Amino acid sequence: MSDTPLQVTQPDSTPAPPSVVEVLTEVAKNAVLKVQDYAELCGRSLSNLFSKPRYHQDTLDQMDDIGVGSLPIVLLSGFFIGAVMVLQTGSQFQRFGQVSLTGDIVSLALVRELGPTITGLLVAGRCASGIASELGSMQVTEQVDAMRAMGTDPSRKLISPRVLAALITVPLLTTISVFIGLVGGMVASVFSLRLSATTFWQRAIAILEFSDLMQGFTKSLVFAFILSTVGCYQGLNVRGGTQGVGRATTQAVVVSSVLIIVADTFLTKLALYLADKL
Amino acid sequence: MAASVPGPPAAPPQSANGTPVIAFDNVWLGFDEGPILQGLSFAARRGETLVLLGETGTGKTLSLKLAAGLLRPDRGSVQALGQEISSKSEDELLQFRRQIGFVFQEGALFDSLTVGENVAYRLVEDGADEQSVEPQVREVLRFVELEHTANMLPSELSGGMRRRVSIARALVNRPPIVLYDSPTAGLDPITSQTIITLILRLRDVYGVTAIMATHRLQDGFALANFHFDSKTRTVRRGAASDAVTRFLVLRDGHTYFEGSPEELLKSSDKYLQRFLI
Repeated sequence: MSDTPLQVTQPDSTPAPPSVVEVLTEVAKNAVLKVQDYAELCGRSLSNLFSKPRYHQDTLDQMDDIGVGSLPIVLLSGFFIGAVMVLQTGSQFQRFGQVSLTGDIVSLALVRELGPTITGLLVAGRCASGIASELGSMQVTEQVDAMRAMGTDPSRKLISPRVLAALITVPLLTTISVFIGLVGGMVASVFSLRLSATTFWQRAIAILEFSDLMQGFTKSLVFAFILSTVGCYQGLNVRGGTQGVGRATTQAVVVSSVLIIVADTFLTKLALYLADKL
Repeated sequence: MAASVPGPPAAPPQSANGTPVIAFDNVWLGFDEGPILQGLSFAARRGETLVLLGETGTGKTLSLKLAAGLLRPDRGSVQALGQEISSKSEDELLQFRRQIGFVFQEGALFDSLTVGENVAYRLVEDGADEQSVEPQVREVLRFVELEHTANMLPSELSGGMRRRVSIARALVNRPPIVLYDSPTAGLDPITSQTIITLILRLRDVYGVTAIMATHRLQDGFALANFHFDSKTRTVRRGAASDAVTRFLVLRDGHTYFEGSPEELLKSSDKYLQRFLI
C-alpha cells in the first residue's frame, strides 16, 4: 500500500474495553463532581450577595424578566387551578352536605402546597430554561471567558443577580398565584356549588394559621433558589456548541422540576413536624 | 488612514526591556482526552511580538488562556508582568487580568450590548464616570475606524468589524500586553490585512507586547516585515527599528521552533518547511 497523506494508520492493538466496575466508578466520580460543582456554585451565589461588587441593575433586569415576565402564566394557571380544586372537592363535599368546607380545603391546599409548587414549576419551565440557554450561549461563544478576561467575576455578574431576583420575585408570584387561585375557587364555588362568596372567603381565611403561611413562603424561597441555581449551573457547564445549549436547556427544566418536587416532599414533612413541635 | 489614537499604554510595573513580560516554564496542561501542552517553555519580552504557530489542537489558544490566567497549568510556572499567575487565587487573577487585553477568535462580544457598551464595559466595571467613558469609547472606536457603529448591536456587524470592535474593547484601558487568538481566522484577505494593520499600529504606536496565535504564516511575516509610520499614518515595508517579531512553532505540546523570521525561512526542517509552502 502506498504511503499517502490520506492513509490512516491503524493502531497495532485496540485498547481493552473498560470493565463494568471501571465504568461504574467513572459514572460515580462524575456524579460526585457535578454535585460538588453545583454546591460550590450555590455557595458562591449566596456569599457574593454579602460583598462588593454588586450588580443592582442586572438584578432589576432579572426581576423584570423572572417576575413580571412570569406573571401572565402564573395568573392564568393560578385562577384555573383554584377553580378546578373547587369543582373536584366540591362534588365530594356535596355528597356529605359539607359544601362550605370547600373554602377550607382549597385555601389550605393552595397556601401550603399548590401555590408554591405550581408557581415553582411554572417559573422553572419558563425561567430555568431561559437562564440555561442564555448563559449556555454566552459560554459557547466565549462571552463568559471574555468577561473573566476583562476582570469580571461571572458568578457575581451572571449568577448572583439571577438568584437574588428569583428569591425576591418567586415568593411574590406565589402570593399572587394563591390569591388568584382563591378568586378562581370563589368564582367556581359561587356558580357551581351555589356557595356564597362571603362564606367561601371567611372559611378560606379562618382556616389558615401562621405556620401554613410560613410553609408556603419557605417552599417558594427554596424553589426559587433551586430553579435559578440549576438554570445557571446547566448554562455555565454547556459542552458541545449549540446542540449542548439545547441539551442544557432541557436538562435545566427537567432537573429543576424534579428537584422542586423532591424538595417539596421533604419540606412538607419538615413543616408538619415543626408545626407539631411548636 | 486618518484616525486619532488613544494615549500610550500603562508601562508594565515590574518589567523592563529585555526582561520577560510573559514567561512559560515547563508548562503542562491536559484534559480528559490526554495532555495537550507537554512541557512548554517560552518567554516574550517587553515590546516584542511573539507569533505562535501550530496546527489545530497544538495548544495555541490554551497557551494564550494560560498567559491571561483563564486556565491553570497542571504543572509548571506561568509568569506575567513579573507575577507568578499560576498560583494566584481567582480573585487575584480578576485584578491581574485588568492589565491584559485579550482578543478572542470570534470576537466574543456581548451580544446583548451595543458596540459602544461592549467597548465601555471594562471602564464601567472599573467605576469610571459616564462623562469620561463616552469620549474614551469614541476615541478607541475611531482608532479601529468604527466610530459610526457605537449604537449598533454586534449581530449587525460583519465578521471583520466584530474583530475590530474586539480589538477596541481589548485596548480601551491601554493594557501593556495584548493577546490575539487567531485574529484573522475565517476572514477574507482584505479584512485580514485591516486587522494586521491594526495590530501593527498598536505595536508601533504604543509599544504593546503581543502574543498572536495563528495558523496563517503570512500574518506573522506581515508583522515582521512591515511597520506603521506614525508621521505619514501609513504602513511601510521594513521592520520597525525597535520592534522585534519572533516565531514560536508548537508541535505535540511543546516548542518545536523558536526564532526570528529569517531563521524560520532558512530552516531546512521538513516539518517547518510544510508551514512555508
